[in-house]
Amino acid sequence: MVAVPTLLILIVISFFLMQLAPGGPFTSERPLPPQVLANIEAKYGLDRPLWQQLLIYLEGIVLEFDFGPSYQYKDRTVNDIIAQGFPITLKYGSISFVVAVVVGVSLGVLAAVRHNGPLDYAATGTTFLAQSLPNFVMAPVLIIVFTWWLGWLPGGGWHGGQWQYLVMPVIALSTSYFASIARITRSSMLEVLNSNFIRTARAKGLPERTIIWRHAMKPAMMPVVSYLGPAFVGLITGSVVIDRYFGTGGIGNSYVNSALNRDYSVMLGITILYGGLTIIFNLVVDVIYAWLDPKIRY
Amino acid sequence: MTGMPRILIAGLMAGTILGSTAFAANVPAGTRLADDQTFTYSIIDEFTSVDPQLVEDVSGSDVIRDLFEGLFNQDAEGNLVPGVALSYEVNDTKDVYTFKLRPEAKWSNGDPVTANDFVYAWRRLVDPELGSPYSWFGELMSIENAGAIIAGEKPKEELGVRAIDDYTLEVKLSASLPYFPLMTTHASTFPVHRATVEKYGKEWTRPGNIVSNGAYVLTEHIPGERSVRERNPMYWDNENTVIEKVVALVINDENVALTRYFAGELDRTGIPTGQYPKLKAEYPDEAISAPRLCSYYYILNLGENGPDYLKDVRVRQALNLAVDREVITDKILQGGQIPAYTFTPAATAGFQVPDVPIASMSQAERDARAKALLSEAGLGDGLDVKLIYNTSEGHKKIAIAISQMWKTKLGANVELANQEWKTFLQTRGNGDYEVARAGWCGDYNEASTFLDLMNSKSGYNDSRYSNPKVDALLEQAKTADDPQPLYTEIEQIIAEDVPIIPIYHYAINMMLKPNLKGWPINNVEQNWYSKDFYKVAE
Repeated sequence: MVAVPTLLILIVISFFLMQLAPGGPFTSERPLPPQVLANIEAKYGLDRPLWQQLLIYLEGIVLEFDFGPSYQYKDRTVNDIIAQGFPITLKYGSISFVVAVVVGVSLGVLAAVRHNGPLDYAATGTTFLAQSLPNFVMAPVLIIVFTWWLGWLPGGGWHGGQWQYLVMPVIALSTSYFASIARITRSSMLEVLNSNFIRTARAKGLPERTIIWRHAMKPAMMPVVSYLGPAFVGLITGSVVIDRYFGTGGIGNSYVNSALNRDYSVMLGITILYGGLTIIFNLVVDVIYAWLDPKIRY
Repeated sequence: MTGMPRILIAGLMAGTILGSTAFAANVPAGTRLADDQTFTYSIIDEFTSVDPQLVEDVSGSDVIRDLFEGLFNQDAEGNLVPGVALSYEVNDTKDVYTFKLRPEAKWSNGDPVTANDFVYAWRRLVDPELGSPYSWFGELMSIENAGAIIAGEKPKEELGVRAIDDYTLEVKLSASLPYFPLMTTHASTFPVHRATVEKYGKEWTRPGNIVSNGAYVLTEHIPGERSVRERNPMYWDNENTVIEKVVALVINDENVALTRYFAGELDRTGIPTGQYPKLKAEYPDEAISAPRLCSYYYILNLGENGPDYLKDVRVRQALNLAVDREVITDKILQGGQIPAYTFTPAATAGFQVPDVPIASMSQAERDARAKALLSEAGLGDGLDVKLIYNTSEGHKKIAIAISQMWKTKLGANVELANQEWKTFLQTRGNGDYEVARAGWCGDYNEASTFLDLMNSKSGYNDSRYSNPKVDALLEQAKTADDPQPLYTEIEQIIAEDVPIIPIYHYAINMMLKPNLKGWPINNVEQNWYSKDFYKVAE
């Protein structure tokens, strides 16, 4: 229940903070004549005192789930923008998340189990490389290689999320995350494998596979899980690079543009969405914790 | 070619002769057309709207010119050619224009396009309730009562525009305006389908809802990703349209767009700053540079917040003279930009770049003169200048170059500061600066769209420049039969007073597939219509 006041505080702070930035949604290279500006501000209720604007805004959200009109995109509302962009971001974000977890955990476990062997070095080397490749460097390179040179994949777009359009965004988005997950998994797994209860299991003569899957996996996943909650939100919010380079039309780019355009309502709407997601995923992580570690009870 | 007789009639009937015959895809006989007539191009950002009365940006206006058709279109040279209007007549005082409309023009749902559609759209433009950011364009066009309606003092029904009958539109102006028809190619003057707007409200521009009267209809629109427009079978000149489908892809990164152009995904894309010479050498048929109706300049703050040193005209002249334009156009930009010594671009229709002393001097002479002027002003050994520009690599390079020129030639200490776009606009608009970067593009192809900025009453006059002589000449030019000599005189006064430092006139740089024909490279406003294009078989 702490979620509602948290969101409310988020809204109020963001509402006033964004007004602090100089300029407004209708500041442009050719300044609008005062009368025209007054008409536009009256249309959107921006001529009222700020506290009234805030109350009207909150009323719209509570009563009609209406997050207001976009000041930049004149034929669209914030609800339209989120309804159109968020499913796109959610789709490539979720797929990237799954890919990052599967690849990251596998590499991490492999490296830990073959500690100091050639496989460990290969896996660690791969993660190191992946970690140091930012997605804004990787994205244009992927397009040059797969679209221009090889001609295998379309250079961008979404087309309802067909697989060809997903490959490069998912690679670009998941790389640094799988690297982090692999590193966390590896060190955590190594620690668990050196703990007393594993030594006991080995002494009992259990097969290595059972030791890893049945006994080591669950405790080793604790730090990984605590990383995954924020990572998922990070994947979604950090998607601006994907939208900009691959023209996917997701929410990340709308968020950045809204800030540059001072499109207050869009900025606020997406902030609330991200805030809500952060709260939800922290909750999910807490639940998974309790499942992984019987010692944790709320 | 069909359509020839019509246009000739139009030309004869019109108060002004309309110059050209090209107003559809002009395919030479024997041309083998490509099977796939899809034109795909990139835009950097999602356009703000496809509602003619609400659109603000260039990429949105490009879409609207395909979807809707106003009274007049432009041909490949930028001359007026009939759109929905066949011709017009104007009274002697040039303040009442009567347009004859094309009876065969239809909306995409089959309804006829009538004069009432224009009346509705133009009233809508100035209606305070719609709150159009371009409503001032109605006032700029001097339509009777436009200003009062925007101010809420009169009902929109009193706008000086009426339908005499279904195919005759009469416009009353509050002042005589010889170039009024030129302004009817602007997207904000295009008609909209009343029944559709009223039925769907804000959502009338969605694919499926939208009814339009241009050569294309909007069939798909995924904001931030793509929009697709397909040929409108109801368009009156549909039989001469060749391009079947136009796709606009939103690609925020110009380099990625270029890669996708090379991969064959795009027919047209922009060229990132500085890459033009290299691409031109490698792809001479595809890399294009053409003059644009825009000027890049620095504003000097002459207002009350402005620094004292700028109040001295000799200092302003010195700063102006010391800027070596050719270094900027030939060494930094390298994209066919033209050095500017006066404000209005040479490409402007009917405009002759006036002879001003600075233009004919060599740079060495300019530098010597600048030094002398600065010493005369008593600032020969030290001047501190603050220059602001909006954050961008391109602006930064130019600002650094100019600050170096002022430093080495005039011994000035220049402090550079960049600001994020909206912050910058606010600072400049409030007059909290000394020297600021600026750019201006014409709203229509006539010198007044630039020179009006020098009017002391103009809201765009950020230098707060005020010269009664200039104001009077501008007033006179509005009604003059031939305003060009007056424009020349204004430019000469500005070159002497230096409220701004003109730096260069823009060029558009783009990559265009050689099999796409009909691009209006010589239209300085770069107003293009997909219906004029065609793709030849390779």
